[in-house]
Amino acid sequence: MKFAVIVFPGSNCDHDCYYALKHALKQDVEFVWHKEASLSHYDAIILPGGFSYGDYLRTGAIARFSPVMRAVVEFANAGGIVVGICNGFQVLCEAGLLPGALMRNDSLKFVCKFVNLRVENSDTAFTTLCGPGEILNIPVAHAEGLYYADSVTLESVKRNNQVLFRYTDESGEPNSESNPNGSLDNIAGVMNERGNVMGMMPHPDRCFEEVLTSTDGAKIFGSMVEWLSERT
Amino acid sequence: MNAMQEPTVDLELAKEHGLDETEYQKMLDILGRMPTFTELGVFSVMWSEHCSYKNSIALLKTLPRKGKHLLVEAGEENAGLIDIGDGLAVAFKIESHNHPSAVEPYQGAATGVGGILRDIFSMGARPIAALNSLRFGSLSDPRVRYLFEGVVKGIADYGNCFGVPTVAGEIYFDESYQGNPLVNAMAVGIVKHDQIATATAKETGAAVMLVGSSTGRDGIHGATFASEEISEASEEKRSQVQVGDPFAEKLLLEASLEMIKADLLIGIQDMGAAGITCSTTEMSAKGESGMDIDLERVPMREKGMTPYEVLLSESQERMLVVVKHGRENAVASICDKWDLNCATIGRISDHNKVTIKWHGEVVADIPADTLVLGGGAPVYHREAVRPDYLNAARAFDATTLPEPRDHAEVLRNLLASPNIASKEWVIQQYDHMVRSNTISLPGSDAAVVRIKGTNRALAMKTDCNSRYVYLNPRVGGMIAVAESARNVVCSGGKPVGITNCLNFGNPYKPEIYWQFREAVGGIGTACLALGTPVTGGNVSFYNENPDGAIYPTPVIGMLGVVDDLSHVTTAWFKSPGDLVVLLGHNKGEIGGSEYLKLIHGQVAGDCPTLELDFEGRLQACCLQAIRHGIVASAHDISDGGLAVALAECCFLGPRQLGINASVATDLRADFVLFGEDQSRIILSLKPADLETLQAIAATHNIPVAELGVVTEDSQLMVNDWLNVRTDELKDLHHGAIRAVMDSGAGRSAE
Repeated sequence: MKFAVIVFPGSNCDHDCYYALKHALKQDVEFVWHKEASLSHYDAIILPGGFSYGDYLRTGAIARFSPVMRAVVEFANAGGIVVGICNGFQVLCEAGLLPGALMRNDSLKFVCKFVNLRVENSDTAFTTLCGPGEILNIPVAHAEGLYYADSVTLESVKRNNQVLFRYTDESGEPNSESNPNGSLDNIAGVMNERGNVMGMMPHPDRCFEEVLTSTDGAKIFGSMVEWLSERT
Repeated sequence: MNAMQEPTVDLELAKEHGLDETEYQKMLDILGRMPTFTELGVFSVMWSEHCSYKNSIALLKTLPRKGKHLLVEAGEENAGLIDIGDGLAVAFKIESHNHPSAVEPYQGAATGVGGILRDIFSMGARPIAALNSLRFGSLSDPRVRYLFEGVVKGIADYGNCFGVPTVAGEIYFDESYQGNPLVNAMAVGIVKHDQIATATAKETGAAVMLVGSSTGRDGIHGATFASEEISEASEEKRSQVQVGDPFAEKLLLEASLEMIKADLLIGIQDMGAAGITCSTTEMSAKGESGMDIDLERVPMREKGMTPYEVLLSESQERMLVVVKHGRENAVASICDKWDLNCATIGRISDHNKVTIKWHGEVVADIPADTLVLGGGAPVYHREAVRPDYLNAARAFDATTLPEPRDHAEVLRNLLASPNIASKEWVIQQYDHMVRSNTISLPGSDAAVVRIKGTNRALAMKTDCNSRYVYLNPRVGGMIAVAESARNVVCSGGKPVGITNCLNFGNPYKPEIYWQFREAVGGIGTACLALGTPVTGGNVSFYNENPDGAIYPTPVIGMLGVVDDLSHVTTAWFKSPGDLVVLLGHNKGEIGGSEYLKLIHGQVAGDCPTLELDFEGRLQACCLQAIRHGIVASAHDISDGGLAVALAECCFLGPRQLGINASVATDLRADFVLFGEDQSRIILSLKPADLETLQAIAATHNIPVAELGVVTEDSQLMVNDWLNVRTDELKDLHHGAIRAVMDSGAGRSAE
């Protein structure tokens, strides 16, 4: 598989995504500068974490106007696999490729720590290696990760099984103590209706080998590889 | 503007600029004429304490600064550089930003981080970790909470956006820092040997280019501001505090590394203190060349700036680069890619002077060498007098101290004291995992960051117990080195070198200079004994408020190399049934302890004793045992003593464990439980490995005492002195700072 990791000015998890895909997953992967106009020769696109354009305006609000985003939208509309992690999730929401928005954490502070995620839908391109209801241990690191959607959107997201991950405690119970940012319904990651675009606030790119406390992130990347291999 | 309109220079004006009469005369002698107003500004910043180290350099030169792995000598480049093999080197340095943070905590701390990161990447190294060392007044004071909250947010916002993990640090609260907090920022970077950059200027005719942010009026005379005591008038100097833009810094990082990798540069230096003045003169002096600068070519962010202002501005996120002949366009196109300003502001000359023109008119023309440290900058030895307070402190008689009835209650109080309590409230605001290298998460003895592409890692720690240094500057300085090395060893690393940040009061006061001299002496002795040369650092004097000086605080930033990832060791117990042993002796030394301060309200006695030969053998023994693969956990005993260390071993890990410990001693219970005797490490290991450990310890002549066995029942027991649940202790330790800060009190002060 050939992955593209988009580099916006201010992306700072681009190297982590690249390293995880290249060395832990043994995949072909390239950095793509935000001024590129075409993504046609890739199998999947990753929008990494960071602070695109410094995030001095609303997070992701400027990055979504980067030249490459036109190509990302085209790629997604053609059914291609697109994943946004953290800042990438924010950019995908701003670009309208995913429902809802990410707002300031209810603590008003940046939060970096390992959290427990319950896999809500294991029948997707991003979770096929996970068991239903499996608890993943993956870190978050963000100041604007409160997932919000209006009630109509939220209902349809839930109804269509677009919620992929929820913040829970160790036993898999979603409650306010296990919610690091005040997200509605403890939502940590969602996909679009078609199931080819996914965004999540936690960082699978930070836990993909034994030495990094958890290897659960490799299950997300691995799921994509598996799903893509079955279809090519 | 016309230079003729500038104020006329005289002694009075020079004094306002912080120069004394001798320095004023020296300046006149160098120039052989009256200086221009702009030149006075240049001399005043370059000869300020902050840039010239005039009152410290003579003593700093006594520190051991050589070692077979040192690639540059201390002070030679923007940061120290240590060879770690595999064709890689580590650049690391610590620097203070105390004065700016005292008046503007958020920007002061943020730009402190920005400055130290530039020092690292201007050497061609990519920053892989940031650390810090912070000191504040009492947390019960609303103004202190405001400073604490602002400093932490400043560090977090800058480092998080830039994309460097902030992996370790230390935070202390003590009344002596009331009004004069300390904010010391450290950064560590990795560079391939063939991509090491240097801060030099040579090759006549080569272009001098300014890269990065435009220049504004922010931070003018910041270096001079940092060279005087903080007073009520300091608040008015907020305009001397710079404003940080971490996004611009991130772009500057990528652009700088691209230029260095493409071999476009002769030299590169960041612009921190004294801005264009410092970078042009230091680079010229180092390269034994000169520069002709057309100052009006500097991209400016506001209209009507004078040459004086442009030269002295400390606007952040700028680099000065000297470009190889014919590669100017390549530099420009990299800057264009990263949306950065880039302007050719001058050329290298062969006249050894920095000549500054403003629209064709010379406004400054000064021999570069006369301005810089190691050149013409003044060097002073000051008068030193042993302070009187030491007599009173040493008169302390520990035997008169009432023994507490409830040791468990003492332990609870210690664990909830802000100095010992978990710093989780802070750590969670720092992105400590970006770059996916952080192996030991914050909370263990030292941070461990792996080096991708190798099976090795770096262990790092900042450390200083300033109460010890106050009570005994020489031994306190030694302990700061020994303890930071011990932390690195407990994490599986071999200490290889230090950077230091020496925070003291006003050196013109003989008692302060005595503290400084003694502490530097202690650091030097310990570094020599432990084989950790000083690679560089920073001195911050004038840390005083109207009530007096801070505790002398020589912060040590220790770097260690972990040879194999399997050696990485954490502080907490792993499995029930593991044997727990103590390496070292219990001596019951209570002087200067957190216990004495918190429970008995006294800062008295002498600091704990330290025998460097024993310390070296202890560390060698611990590291050998770790490398042998028999150590499940290793934890240094420090603040709060044996009881706090055992409690931490029980509750810091993912599992709540316990221990029933027996300590054979005829000393007082409170002294054994809470004394902060040096050179002690708690290890846990499989019972079957005890013999191996004893054999290793025997070769180093280090005593091993069995304390007990790790239990599953989350109960901490020591002799018949202590019996307390560790989950209860964990909650106290975990929640103490959060409870104070989440009350909203932090935002009430301003």
